[in-house]
Amino acid sequence: MKKLILSAAALVLAAGMAVAQDKTVRMGTEGAYPPYNFVNDKGEIDGFEREFGDELCKRAGLTCEWVKNDWDSIIPNLVSGNYDTIIAGMSITDERKKVISFTQDYYPPTESAYVAASEGVDLKGGIVSAQTATIQAGFIAESGATLVEFATPEETIAAVRNGEADAVFADYDYLAPIVAESGGSLMFVGERVPLGGGVGMGLRQSDGELLGKFDKAITEMKADGSLNTLLKKWFGEETVTY
Amino acid sequence: MFTYCVDHDTLGQLAWLSCYLTTGVHMSFYLAFLKVLALLAVTAPVALGFGFLGAMAARSHFPPLAWFGKGYIAIVRGVPDIAFFLFFVIALDQAFEWTRHKILCPDWPAEVRQGNDFLVCPQAKLPLGTSPEWVHETYGFFLAVVTFAIVFGAFAANVLYGGMRAVPHAQLETAEAYGMTQRQTFWRVLVPQMWVYALPGLSNLWMVLIKATPLLFLLGIDDIVYWARSLGGTKTAQFTDYPHGDWRMWYFLFLLVFYLAFTRVSEVALERLMRRLTHGQATTGGEAMRRAAA
Repeated sequence: MKKLILSAAALVLAAGMAVAQDKTVRMGTEGAYPPYNFVNDKGEIDGFEREFGDELCKRAGLTCEWVKNDWDSIIPNLVSGNYDTIIAGMSITDERKKVISFTQDYYPPTESAYVAASEGVDLKGGIVSAQTATIQAGFIAESGATLVEFATPEETIAAVRNGEADAVFADYDYLAPIVAESGGSLMFVGERVPLGGGVGMGLRQSDGELLGKFDKAITEMKADGSLNTLLKKWFGEETVTY
Repeated sequence: MFTYCVDHDTLGQLAWLSCYLTTGVHMSFYLAFLKVLALLAVTAPVALGFGFLGAMAARSHFPPLAWFGKGYIAIVRGVPDIAFFLFFVIALDQAFEWTRHKILCPDWPAEVRQGNDFLVCPQAKLPLGTSPEWVHETYGFFLAVVTFAIVFGAFAANVLYGGMRAVPHAQLETAEAYGMTQRQTFWRVLVPQMWVYALPGLSNLWMVLIKATPLLFLLGIDDIVYWARSLGGTKTAQFTDYPHGDWRMWYFLFLLVFYLAFTRVSEVALERLMRRLTHGQATTGGEAMRRAAA
């Protein structure tokens, strides 16, 4: 038995060493936040960030590989080196900047919105759901409403559908297709709220070289308009562009 | 998968369902069932091995070994499983990486622990940052197996320890009277007879182990619970060919049926094994079988 474990461990060590040294950049994403990133019918990661990220890697001459990770552990796992970038619709905030570095934004500062099952819910004193560790959750916690947090965006919507929460507060772009297809059972309520400093890629603070490469590619894509084309493709014609 | 799936909007209900259930993501879901079965197939014997070693250590006449065995049983049994699952996966991973770091990068200038971060040199990362994704997944699975084996091994050790003590003392004394050494007594008399006493406890453990497999989800492995949650969630037509509402209830119901069926099959198999082991034993069950045959 011990032998089995030892030989398995040895195998792992050997497999680790045998791999060639040319660097693969591992791109970490959540895969549950359309249109930014989601798992498509084929079981592959798809969405705006998949297409955008692949283009960045091509321009920067990098080999990239996509990795799924739960949202609530997405920063710790970047820092401990399980992957090299976070590209998961993550807004640039001062609080996150203390732990990781960000590229320039590739999606302009986003508007967040409330969605409820009926008009006239109390957004300031009611129960509002939001995803754990998001800027939206931080905003609700300070707004006076009672915050209920969920690990996935899906659950925040389900909470409104089954009456557990009065409203859900999330990125407008995530909510829009859901509201459109709800057949009138869900609707936008209240004012939209601009939050965060735009969406950027997160990297380890020690990874300055890689950050520079991605930053340069993003600048290029902003300049030649290809980023705007992608934004329009995934977020609709009237989305904010650069 | 089927050719008629191309026109997914015009399909009849049954055809639609057949297409929906054979998409690539669903294949990952079915693959996750194999993952769970593989975990059980590997973990059960390894945990039993840990248990056997633990029980042997606990009954050793050499005090430090006995303390080690008893300590292992007491500590692991006394701490909530979930705490161990979260602890061991991180601790094992860091232990492996730290060891490799010391061997591979002796001249590394930076500290390994910097605040919250655990940073070893790139050559010591496990798996290497350059390894393909399947290596990362296999490594995660390997950590999960070791963790399950350590936790369930402690319970198995306690059960086997009890089983060994339940073997009638007269059997062992008789063996000694025949001039067998302690080692011979242990392997030829004690071990073959203890299984019948240990089996009820072990079968219990097997059931608990089956039910504990959804904990894989906690360890960041894409298991059946992960896929049930992700596939069952609302899907809008913009991002999938098969939009549907919140179907998580149905997916979880399917998991429920799967686990019930699996534990039922295990029960039947274990009962048969029990009958076999009881045969010819000096227990009430063995005596009843002897009488029925006579």
